[in-house]
Amino acid sequence: MDKFTVMEASAAPLMRQNVNTDVIIRVERLRDLPRGKLGPYAFESWRYDLEGNENPDFVLNKQPYRESKIVLAADNFACGSSREHAVWALWDFGIRCVIAPSFGQIFYNNCFQNGMLPVMLPLKEIEAMAAEIEESQGAGRVKVDLENMVVTTPSGRTIPFTLDAIRRDGLLKGRDQIELTMTRVAEIDAFQKKDRERFPWIYARG
Amino acid sequence: MAQETLFDKIWNRHVVADLGGGYALLHVSRNLMHDGGGGPLRLIRERGYKVRNPELNLGTLDHAVTTEPGRTKDSKSAFSGRLDIMREESKKAGVTLYDVGEPGQGIVHVIGPEMGYTLPGTLLTCGDSHTCTHGGMGAIAFGIGATEVGHVLATQTIVQRKPLRMRASFEGERHPGVEPKDMILYLIGRIGTAGGTGYAVEYAGSAVRDLDIEGRLTLCNLSIELGAKVGMVAPDETTFAYLEGRPLAPTGAMWDRAVADWRTLPTDPGAVFDAEVEIDMAEVAPQITWGTSPENVIAVDQRIPDPASLDDPDRRGSWEASLDYMGLQAGQPIAGTPVDWVFIGSCTNSRLSDLRAAAAVAKGRKVAGSVTAWVVPGSENVKRQAEAEGLDRIFKEAGFQWREPGCSMCLAFNGDRVPPGKRSVSTSNRNFVGRQGPGARTHLASPAMAAAAAVAGCIADVRDL
Ligand code: SF4
Repeated sequence: MDKFTVMEASAAPLMRQNVNTDVIIRVERLRDLPRGKLGPYAFESWRYDLEGNENPDFVLNKQPYRESKIVLAADNFACGSSREHAVWALWDFGIRCVIAPSFGQIFYNNCFQNGMLPVMLPLKEIEAMAAEIEESQGAGRVKVDLENMVVTTPSGRTIPFTLDAIRRDGLLKGRDQIELTMTRVAEIDAFQKKDRERFPWIYARG
Repeated sequence: MAQETLFDKIWNRHVVADLGGGYALLHVSRNLMHDGGGGPLRLIRERGYKVRNPELNLGTLDHAVTTEPGRTKDSKSAFSGRLDIMREESKKAGVTLYDVGEPGQGIVHVIGPEMGYTLPGTLLTCGDSHTCTHGGMGAIAFGIGATEVGHVLATQTIVQRKPLRMRASFEGERHPGVEPKDMILYLIGRIGTAGGTGYAVEYAGSAVRDLDIEGRLTLCNLSIELGAKVGMVAPDETTFAYLEGRPLAPTGAMWDRAVADWRTLPTDPGAVFDAEVEIDMAEVAPQITWGTSPENVIAVDQRIPDPASLDDPDRRGSWEASLDYMGLQAGQPIAGTPVDWVFIGSCTNSRLSDLRAAAAVAKGRKVAGSVTAWVVPGSENVKRQAEAEGLDRIFKEAGFQWREPGCSMCLAFNGDRVPPGKRSVSTSNRNFVGRQGPGARTHLASPAMAAAAAVAGCIADVRDL
């Protein structure tokens, strides 16, 4: 998994509430497009009309936001379906960090499996940052520093954020969770032995 | 002794290791897989891992199967390639898979409880957000991503942060025409689609205790639409009576031991929740959504709300976009809006009690000429039982299509879709932009309300029929 440490990049304001993962990546693209090929389909329902023409008003169709590595969003970003393709589609588009007041919980977990950083900040702060970016017509860059857990806005304002230590470490080191858990096999063995005695019906099946 | 919630009791018995900061490595007592399970199974095999406990995993085919009447194992759909991957990988891994035409095949969240696989007190995962459905059996059940599914397969554990606990109490009696779907839509309308974010929600109160298991599963199904990964109902005599004798449920002395344990699970009287919500059932009328988020919901006799009444510009913007997409006018009564499609199915409302409720409305009536109406039973077992009761005949005589079990038009994954611009009343759980097909306009409602829309040709109040 890729590491995330520090990044300075263009940020696209997508200040809508309740953006769901169906909209981030349409179900048809889950069929046979592997990770790596989903970028053109991120936000397909908003980026294109039914004939496949680009919608010029959609933020990610505008310059310089086509090059953005950060998305700013309103509450409950990426709620809905558990499809990990939502993370992969954003990743393939070039996004490495989403800043929102709150996230769909499954998406939030999926980010950490893929080297993507979800940052939670108060809506007011994000709106102010979005206003700075729009004022500069997208020229202003946002810096996200995971080591020090601080976001720097285009005008140089610094906003601290928090992240659970286990999540932060995982991203900073680009750690693979399966490998990590495999170091605890003895504990899992011991747990299952005891569990089998206490709750044998779980293992019995009919 | 410390007073604990249902959630805490089940959580605590699954902790393999405390990882600090509120995180734990949890044992997974059951992992269910739908036809998307082939990907994670293959991934871990290619990485050189084995499925640690095949007996604690179970698979079915649902999202990608065709629902065309008369289908077989070889029938194709828009996405049937992944059925073969799932068949091949589950065989290699030694995981039981219920295939097309077999009892046990069906929507993963219908078959778990129905087969007696989902048990009270278990911790259950599945690579699907509506895994919260299984909480209706008194389990902790939540959806996970594909990489996390791989982790569960390889280690039979999952890393999670302990959520806060919320109790949503529904007190009083359901009015006639009000179904479990209306209860949960009403709650989502009240606290919003992020209202449950960060919480495990326990549904409680007299109106929940009065529900049968299928109603409780419907309630828990929409927990994710509340932002909550986990929704649950305390197991009780209703739960035990439902489970006893099901194919995979414990039997004999083991059954007695299990029930004795399950009786200790309900929340202790003095336990404290991080948040409490109370709903007076007197306020709950049949619901229908008007927008593209489940929180855009009103009672069927109300008018479509006006975005101009909102102060918050982000919220106003999303309401305006919703109305535009849905082709609706603020201030108009929602009843009477013409409908093109009706879909009765999905893991929310495709069980026997749902089909009975819809059939009660359909009986002796005809689907309006302008409407295409589908009934898609949730599982092979539901289908067989419904046919044994003659529900299929009632639907067919009324002009509904009676289809084969699967997810179908809930997600339009198998090619079953509502055409662009067409309006559908659906018993599923998501009215998102394009969910039932690009450009499709979805209104969520209960099975009785959906059947009422089918026969009326427009959104209609089931209480008026
Ligand atoms: S019925 Fe719909 S919501 Fe339920 S599992 Fe299938 S696709 Fe998902």
